[in-house]
Amino acid sequence: MQIIKDKQLIENTWTYHADDSELGNGNITISVARLKQQGSGLTQHNGRLGVRIEPDDDITGVVEYLPALSLIELYFPQMADGRLFSYAWLLRNRHGYTGELRATGNFLPDQAFYLSRVGVNAFNPDNIASLPAMLTGLNDFSVKYQPSVY
Amino acid sequence: MYQYNEIDQKLVDERADQFRRQTERFLSGELTADEFRHLRLRNGLYIQTHAPMLRIAGPYGLLNSKQIRKLAHIARTYDKGYCHFTTRQNIQFNWPKLEQVPDILDELASVQMHAIQTSGNCMRNTTTDHLAGVCVDEIEDPRPYCEIIRQWTTLHPEFDYLPRKFKIAVSGAIHDRAATQLHDIGVHIVKNDAGETGFRILAGGGLGRTPVIGQVIRPFLEKKYLLSYLEAILRIYNLYGRRDNKYKARIKILVKETGVEEFTRQVEAEWQLTKDTLILTDERINEVKQYFTPPPYDADAAQDETFAKHLAENSAFATWYKINTADHKIPGHRAVFLSLKAPDVPPGDMTESQLDAVADLADRYNFGEICVTHRQNLVFAHIKQAELYPLWQALTQLKLATPNINTVTDIICCPGLDFCSLANAGSIGVAREINEVLDDMDYIHDIGELKINMSGCMNGCAHQSVGHIGILGVDKKGVEWYQITLGGSSENDAAIGERLGPSVAKNEIAKAITDILDVYVKQRQEEESFLDMVKRVGIEPFKDKVYANH
Repeated sequence: MQIIKDKQLIENTWTYHADDSELGNGNITISVARLKQQGSGLTQHNGRLGVRIEPDDDITGVVEYLPALSLIELYFPQMADGRLFSYAWLLRNRHGYTGELRATGNFLPDQAFYLSRVGVNAFNPDNIASLPAMLTGLNDFSVKYQPSVY
Repeated sequence: MYQYNEIDQKLVDERADQFRRQTERFLSGELTADEFRHLRLRNGLYIQTHAPMLRIAGPYGLLNSKQIRKLAHIARTYDKGYCHFTTRQNIQFNWPKLEQVPDILDELASVQMHAIQTSGNCMRNTTTDHLAGVCVDEIEDPRPYCEIIRQWTTLHPEFDYLPRKFKIAVSGAIHDRAATQLHDIGVHIVKNDAGETGFRILAGGGLGRTPVIGQVIRPFLEKKYLLSYLEAILRIYNLYGRRDNKYKARIKILVKETGVEEFTRQVEAEWQLTKDTLILTDERINEVKQYFTPPPYDADAAQDETFAKHLAENSAFATWYKINTADHKIPGHRAVFLSLKAPDVPPGDMTESQLDAVADLADRYNFGEICVTHRQNLVFAHIKQAELYPLWQALTQLKLATPNINTVTDIICCPGLDFCSLANAGSIGVAREINEVLDDMDYIHDIGELKINMSGCMNGCAHQSVGHIGILGVDKKGVEWYQITLGGSSENDAAIGERLGPSVAKNEIAKAITDILDVYVKQRQEEESFLDMVKRVGIEPFKDKVYANH
């Protein structure tokens, strides 16, 4: 499956592992709860590690693991949960996260520009058909009023 | 007034283009109704009872004659020949066709207007004092700060999907004419002990189902921190505001449930981390202030002698002058209210021909400027006294000179059941009935300042809970009934009105209002306003009269 990363279409190499599933090899993301529970034990994992943040998660618990994380997914259960926009801003600005920050789940191409401005650099929407519109959406505006993360 | 630069224009043009594509995607089935709802609301487009409603931003109420002519053109071309001015200084069209809205947005962009963030759970149009820049009690003109806030809120990447809508109001005067205590954030321009001008910041006010008066969370904020402080409040709200129940999602509930001390602590802690990264420089403030310099007033305006002559000779003009004009900081000038509350017209509505005529009058007498008021009237803020008489004559012809500003027939009224899909009851018809029974202007002027606010449902678009007399339409088994409250205020003495008693039937509401007025006229003390009397005697005497036969 393709995703957008840094304004390019690329193949996705990551899979999300739900809390009740065995951790396979390769690049995986897990829940915040599992990250906190298994903590440093996960560094033995054969592949790269990421976390999936959902709106109800407390992101302060993730901060200590940031150096070990190669991907942070921001998962939209529905498009209107704006907390994820603040999480992105906080991860980039306050916590100095510089790795891949990926929006996943149920969001629209019309939100891509906003997401990119709070530091999201990869997009993996549930609706794969929206990828071309998502690429265009990143350029919906050529001007802005507020300072940007990037 | 503010003029767009290339960036402003480009942003509005690109937004209109974006909405055209969004509309096409919706019409082709690519976007679901729910997805499109989020997008159209952020462009002011509601789906209403009969047709879509489009709400256009009136940035802090200030418009120019070219923009008013464009509204007239839109009313003629895309609507049924009229528009409606709202309590948040915006403009609404009630009959646009969905497919034509992108064209309307293009038309608006051509005169530096838009509908961005006029609805939806995002930061809305910033409102202010309709007498800003001219009133005698002003500490500093709030409009440059409103413009700075307008730009900061527009397409803010982090705060476009808040738990609920978010409204900011700014007041620069001693007398609060912008209902700042009833906004999510209220900003007061104040002077500190050292004589420096800065801001007092209030948070957690709001109307609607649960009216709450905002509380001061910072008594004095240096100007350079205005945006960083707003950002801190918005971030705390975006992170912790409730999203499980839309009726508990406004910031007023967060402040209430968290406690104002703890909420303030959170905001301050957040702000400490960011305050120096988003500095509003003096240079930037001065750059924006240049757009709000006073117009070239006539220094000899007070020398004119015709005004006094007309005043002495024409009692209708004298009455209008007394009721519909306000003091001005420049000698020989007045601020003039254009009443949109003629007895037989839905409150706040204007026809396309009135709009065109008002644009011409603004060019002729008011440096091309028009301001929309919080009470759904218009203001010409710069009228020299010699021109009051010809202006009054022209406004009388246009039915915009009803001498009723701030009186009992200057009713704030929502569109109600006639247009709105949320409404439980009609409001325009009730306003008309009240006007019909109160047809004696001398009686109205004898009653003096009295603000009636009437909403057709709990959402309270007409701010009934802060009306001196509030009227709220409710639905009882498919029949329209009305609850009455007394003693509300949205000004310095902000208060939520107290409920008078059981709701009254539609055919009894006008009688109930006249009963209330009778009690006031009979029991008031000398010079005592209605609101003061309600404060003194409470609601009992009014209650006894209204429910005497029940």
